[in-house]
Amino acid sequence: MNSEETDVMCRTLLLLALMSLPVSAEPFVPKDDSMVLERLPRSAFADPELRRLRGELAGEPENLSLATELAWRYISVARSEGDPRWNGYAQAVLSPWWEADEPPSAVLLLRATLAQNRHDFAAALEDLALVLAADPRNRQAWLMRAMILQVGGDLEGAYRSCQVFAKLDRSLLGHACRAHVASLMGHADESYGLLERSTRSSSAGIEDRVWSLTGLAEIAERLGRTELAERHYREALALGMRDVYLLAAYADFLLDRGRPRDVMELLDDETRADALLLRRALAARALGSAELGDDVRDLEARFASARRRGDETHLGSEARFTLYLLDRPAEALDLALRNWAVQKEPIDARLVLETALAAGRPGAARPVEAWIAETGLEDVRLSLLVLRLHRNKEIGP
Amino acid sequence: MTFTTVGQAPPADPRRRRVPKRQAKPALLVALVLLILPAAGRAHKPSDSYLTLKVDGDRAAGSWDVALRDLEHALGLDADLDGAITWGELRARHAAVADYALARLKVSRGSEACALNPTEQLVDRHSDGAYSVLRFDVDCPPGAESLRVDYRLFFDLDPTHRGLLQVAAPGQVETAVLSPERPSFEAAPRPRGPWPTCAEYWREGVWHIWIGFDHVLFLLTLLLPAVMCRRGGDWQAVERLRPAVSEVVRIVTAFTVAHSLTLAVAALGWVALPSRWVESAIAATVLLAAAHNLRPFLPMKGWLVAFVLGLIHGFGFAGVLADLGLPVGSLVVALLGFNVGVEAGQLAIVAVFLPVAFVMRGSAFYRRAVLGAGSFAVLLIAAAWLVERGFGLDFMPI
Repeated sequence: MNSEETDVMCRTLLLLALMSLPVSAEPFVPKDDSMVLERLPRSAFADPELRRLRGELAGEPENLSLATELAWRYISVARSEGDPRWNGYAQAVLSPWWEADEPPSAVLLLRATLAQNRHDFAAALEDLALVLAADPRNRQAWLMRAMILQVGGDLEGAYRSCQVFAKLDRSLLGHACRAHVASLMGHADESYGLLERSTRSSSAGIEDRVWSLTGLAEIAERLGRTELAERHYREALALGMRDVYLLAAYADFLLDRGRPRDVMELLDDETRADALLLRRALAARALGSAELGDDVRDLEARFASARRRGDETHLGSEARFTLYLLDRPAEALDLALRNWAVQKEPIDARLVLETALAAGRPGAARPVEAWIAETGLEDVRLSLLVLRLHRNKEIGP
Repeated sequence: MTFTTVGQAPPADPRRRRVPKRQAKPALLVALVLLILPAAGRAHKPSDSYLTLKVDGDRAAGSWDVALRDLEHALGLDADLDGAITWGELRARHAAVADYALARLKVSRGSEACALNPTEQLVDRHSDGAYSVLRFDVDCPPGAESLRVDYRLFFDLDPTHRGLLQVAAPGQVETAVLSPERPSFEAAPRPRGPWPTCAEYWREGVWHIWIGFDHVLFLLTLLLPAVMCRRGGDWQAVERLRPAVSEVVRIVTAFTVAHSLTLAVAALGWVALPSRWVESAIAATVLLAAAHNLRPFLPMKGWLVAFVLGLIHGFGFAGVLADLGLPVGSLVVALLGFNVGVEAGQLAIVAVFLPVAFVMRGSAFYRRAVLGAGSFAVLLIAAAWLVERGFGLDFMPI
């Protein structure tokens, strides 16, 4: 390489670094044909049905039933892998109806699901309203509406939707919906009891049970019953269904208990979903592990990419990353508050409290404190954080 | 929450779903219902490609990083369906990858398209997996219009895909996020021909001498004694303007020739010195020049001091030029423009300095306060710079 090339290369590298493009080392030419470059998600390549549907749809792209079926399968891969490009594939197969004036209900439900996956809750609720206007007994729409309202902090509205849903659907899901929401409204103990009984007596399928058990674990955790919580997490894991949400929740539980080694074991090869990579990095930090540097760089690159795209679904993860792995509490607090403006689950509340505490700005957490008082949310970790914030307020400014 | 339908019965026929029947409820509806539960704050990296165009005149070098996962969905790279993409499998499809990608990218100038010719394909690892790196040459018809990029890779398969574009031309970098809603990007008009380039670098040269306090201070320190001459160990004012002017011309010319030489040598890449070393050495030259004013110890005349020490300043200018980015096609023009700009800045300083110094040369104020105390002050500043730069500290306000 002559010096002019070196010069050009150095300048390019500098520019790339300045723009925080996620550029790793140098591109390379692998030496060996058998070198594995990428592994594909199991749930996709091992599914012949997916291939068949795609082939059939290619022949008749306007076949609504084929398109919606394939779209649901794509979304299912996106969720089990934590890889949102599959949501994009789902949107693509719906393109004949996507921008229509009055898309069929089946497409509206999918459109709402995809909007919700990119945290566009307003658009999702609008589509659900259209579905429910045409079909007031649509169970999926009611359940989805309940869960979106719950994430957005409208617990009353969420509970009302759960009640309608439970009347239409007398399975485990009806109980789970109400228990999920009521447990956040000052009725954690009763909700736990109700959900526990219906889970035990139900013959529901694996998916339902995973959801109920995860819910039970989370309620138990909030109530400070850690042994019960761990038992439910393990029961859910034992059902053998890959679930990013469950893995992340259990990893958080282990991190809180000071068991980073168990987290590393749980998330051994999990680097694809940001949520899991973040937990792994937190565990690695707790262990003082040498792998940490790579994970932190990867996460930073992903958040930088998301920012360049204008994607805001990462705010919560980024707040936690910025607080614990970059040690920049003021920035983390800002991110946590922006996240709180959109999402109001206990984990979002916790982020605001923790970042406010670390940044020495207890006043910034006031909206969250007010919300906890208003909803009657029971959560031992949040109570402890609020207590610490008040103690700091008395000492500090 | 994540629930998968894989391995389950296919979802209900949507036509049937519109008229829900209680007895038809069953597991498959449940499977769908569970898919729609919010995943609350679990963020992931969506599909992006990274396209870089390095523009130089009518040509550009393209480098395009495309995720193997996306290529798998579009082209099916995993030939043996074992869930792993190997280098062999990718290599066997290199032609298909290049055809597929380049058919979905259009680079044009005015109404004419540029030719895109693939050169090599490599592999890179990004934070979210392996990417195929496609390098290609862009040949555009000559013309004054700016470059335009039309991008539609994967938009038909994944409307949430984004192309992260970077167009780098000498001295300017532009970026854009390309989406189905905004698939095109028009680069800002670039300066054409040697004159705009020359003028641009001329401005940079002038600007740099104005904000480069160390160069200004060095020059002034050398010029301070130019209106004096040394007689018997003491400074005396020169009597006429002519010797003063010719001394100033000699010093400025020597400094200019010296730093032009080293600037060219460094900018052409023949010599590369670490910038910390250069910056420290520049501070040292200012220190030496100031000390020489106070008590002459360098065994040479003023212009020779300017030449020898000026050599080091050229490397400093080269560092600035490297930061600006040199156009490969018009390197000499840019170099010339920059250098002439530096001289123009110097002349402006001399034009102010010489008349004032000549008028004041006879006064005790000039001899003691300006030449004596002034040089001493410069000495202190230069010493501080030397410490700061030599040890990588940062305490000086300038």
